[in-house]
Amino acid sequence: MTPMPSPPDEPPTVGPADRAGAIADVAPPQRGRRTATDVVGLGTARAVWFVAPAMLLIGIFLLFPALWTLYIGSTNFERTGPNHVNPEFTGIDNYTSVLSDPSFYNSLWVTLLFVVFSAVFGQNGLGFWLAWSLRRVDRRVRRTVETLVLLAWILPSSVVAFLWIAMLDRHGGTVNMLLDMPGTAWLVDYPLASIIIFNIWRGTAFSMMLYSAALSSVPPSHLETAQLAGATGAQTLRDVVFPHIRGHVLTNTLLITLWTFNDFSPFLITAGGPGDRTEVAAVYLYNTAIRDGDLGYSGAISLLILVANVVMALTYLRMLRKRSAT
Amino acid sequence: MRQSRHEAESDMTASIDGERSAAASRTAWRMAGRIGFYTLTCLIAAFFAIPLLWLISAPFDASPTYAVDFPEFTLANFATILANPYALPSLLNSVILAIGTAAFVVIGAALAAYALSRVRIPGRDALLYLLLLLSSVVTGTAAMVPLFLLVSEIGSAIHPMLGIDSHFAVMLVMSSGLLPAAIFMLKDFVDGIPPSYEESARVFGASPFRVLKDIVVPLITPGLATITVWTVVNVWGNFLVPFILLRDADRQPAAVLMRTLYTEAGQPNLALLATFSLLYSLPVVLMYLFVSKRYGFRFHGGIKS
Repeated sequence: MTPMPSPPDEPPTVGPADRAGAIADVAPPQRGRRTATDVVGLGTARAVWFVAPAMLLIGIFLLFPALWTLYIGSTNFERTGPNHVNPEFTGIDNYTSVLSDPSFYNSLWVTLLFVVFSAVFGQNGLGFWLAWSLRRVDRRVRRTVETLVLLAWILPSSVVAFLWIAMLDRHGGTVNMLLDMPGTAWLVDYPLASIIIFNIWRGTAFSMMLYSAALSSVPPSHLETAQLAGATGAQTLRDVVFPHIRGHVLTNTLLITLWTFNDFSPFLITAGGPGDRTEVAAVYLYNTAIRDGDLGYSGAISLLILVANVVMALTYLRMLRKRSAT
Repeated sequence: MRQSRHEAESDMTASIDGERSAAASRTAWRMAGRIGFYTLTCLIAAFFAIPLLWLISAPFDASPTYAVDFPEFTLANFATILANPYALPSLLNSVILAIGTAAFVVIGAALAAYALSRVRIPGRDALLYLLLLLSSVVTGTAAMVPLFLLVSEIGSAIHPMLGIDSHFAVMLVMSSGLLPAAIFMLKDFVDGIPPSYEESARVFGASPFRVLKDIVVPLITPGLATITVWTVVNVWGNFLVPFILLRDADRQPAAVLMRTLYTEAGQPNLALLATFSLLYSLPVVLMYLFVSKRYGFRFHGGIKS
């Protein structure tokens, strides 16, 4: 099958932009929509005052903490004791000891498994499958399944965490009842698999919605042509659908990777245990910083997480830019 | 000759039979595929539904257990909420945090988004880029240590209202986390409104303030509503920030109390846990239904931080 020309792969959003477009069709074309036009006569000085409150908050509670981490991570600051009163500057000591700490590598490995299996494969795959297969089914079935998937996403995390604890309970849990495996302690015997499946359940909604929007950008005529040419489902996906949504797949994978990497909800189910078998990055950081009170040391871990986030976010922004440029 | 003709005939019938059976097996395969597809869909729907069942059945069950079963209907469990000294106050704390944070986010984002959309402030594009970067990089997790220290060391030293156990401090921290995304969503919204309305109001001699109040605010009300609901849902479910910054059980929101209820020593009180979970989840579900009915559940990139 010859590759088809792909239009810009932005999901069509029925939003304010479209409404403006409709009005612009009627009204004589004026200035471009994108250029800033100070129609109200606010003036730059007043505009700066408008922006100031938000920037002040963001500066104090986002920018400053990020930069401060650099300093905290190079001291021996602790929550209590003499090092709390008089923290000393220790340079790169924390970083070298973090990088030679087996518990750091344990957390790195656990986080990697958690992110790859629950986000990259799990949410991505299931989200796409749902978006793809629900296109053609009966509207009521579609709405029902979508609502269930969305509910898992919008309910408060401490509630869903307990729902899973109840469901996986050793004695009366629903899973043991359904599988007829009484006495299986899922959270003790298979803790990492449990939180991976939990996170697939929790987060698939986002991928499903993103792929639903993306799939509606695939021209139906292309799909019909593929069907007439006798393409199988897999061929259609590979040669017709995928070229249209490649950008969305990358965007989605990157975003859910970033979020899963920073996700604290496993703490609510296993608190990192048993032992350190589910100590993902966020939980590892909490345990060293707040539970153990080793603030300088965990400042160094924080910085490593921030750096990883910067790398992922820059890749994402670069991709967005490339897409809006084409 | 006759023989061969007969053979040919039998060959033909055989090939017709073969075609028929091939067609039959194709239909059978398609049927099997269909059945497989619907079975898989049902299984996946069940996968998403089963954890939620307990939330519906247990609160009304006279003797709730961890298992999901058809409840022996009662409303008596809801009395346990009244009996627990922390349950209702924690919901009130959640409401306070949600309203306060929403106020900060909506006001801060509306002012900033309007100015950034309509006025060419020097360095605007760089600022927007930095905001986008900050909002995805500095997450609650990554900034856990400096935020805890900022509030417990510096904030407490300045004023107790900025220290540990202060709702105000939690609101500030949470609103700054949500502000960048809120500014982006609202700026998109303002960008989509043609400036001609404001222009003509100005032509008729309205003051800038008047235009903002009477023209701009009504125009962006749907955007403000979206931001409000989005903020409230985020704050309502946020566990990490209040968990770290609020130590006093009287001041903790429902998200934190929920965990206390199931991790505290002894047999957890399932009647309380079930009813409290339901009561605590209900506002989020109602807001979702409201939004999806009123505006349609539109997709916003990164709606959840």
